[in-house]
Amino acid sequence: MSTQVFYFVATLSIIFSLMVIFAKNPIHSVLYLILTFFTFTVHYVLLNAQFLAVVNFIVYMGAIMVLFLFVLMLLNLNKETEPVKSPLIKIVGVIAGCCLVVTLVGSFKAATITSPLILKNPGLGLVENLGKELFGPFLLPFELSSLLLLAAMVGAVLLSKRDEVEV
Amino acid sequence: MENLTTQMAGVPLNHYIYLCAIIFTIGVIGVLTRRNAIVIFMSVELMLNAVNLLLTAFSVHSNDPSGQVFVFFIMALAAAEVAVGLAIIVMVYRNTKSIDINVLNRLKW
Repeated sequence: MSTQVFYFVATLSIIFSLMVIFAKNPIHSVLYLILTFFTFTVHYVLLNAQFLAVVNFIVYMGAIMVLFLFVLMLLNLNKETEPVKSPLIKIVGVIAGCCLVVTLVGSFKAATITSPLILKNPGLGLVENLGKELFGPFLLPFELSSLLLLAAMVGAVLLSKRDEVEV
Repeated sequence: MENLTTQMAGVPLNHYIYLCAIIFTIGVIGVLTRRNAIVIFMSVELMLNAVNLLLTAFSVHSNDPSGQVFVFFIMALAAAEVAVGLAIIVMVYRNTKSIDINVLNRLKW
């Protein structure tokens, strides 16, 4: 029964991510993307990566999705303003994607790892374990990522500010 | 929770690889076939998430917490990328009144 949970959730994530790229209305795309991220959170819980599950829930489903929805509402986009690509480009894109997935699956078949996923240490994905790793060997990248976020914040404010001089 | 995760031992690692390959490819198809800049951004997010899931699966497989720390950094990077990218899209919309990426084809030259 337990592995069937994985296959069920995996099917759901594939269906929802297909809906993201094939939905006509951008708002529907965002809503399907939220569902996709929710299924990913379930995957993290199944892998016992509880810290990542919580972070995924808060960062992706909270912050990033609110940002997407906010921009979509701000720009007032809907089905009427949706630009359409010619069917030729769509078909070529889908064929290219199918070629990519065939190549990937074929190459993974050569280097197959069929051993089942076994959780050797039940506390692997807990906050305690990851915190020791994050503030031990990964302390410098962790501090640098704070710089990255600061730069992104300043950049976003600067970019979206209206240029006063030209007006 | 403990019961559930110990029962999960049956899923082979290559099924995770196939799942992530398929979702990554869906992201690639989205980038190739859509013209709405925001939907293209969402497809990029899908690709990032597929990689995140695969990193976590390998981290559990090899019993190494470094993989999950990488996922944490990728999430921080994705947040920064989305903030800057959406700011650029808002600015493009303000100047061209459209988010069709074909309007921006002069960037090629």
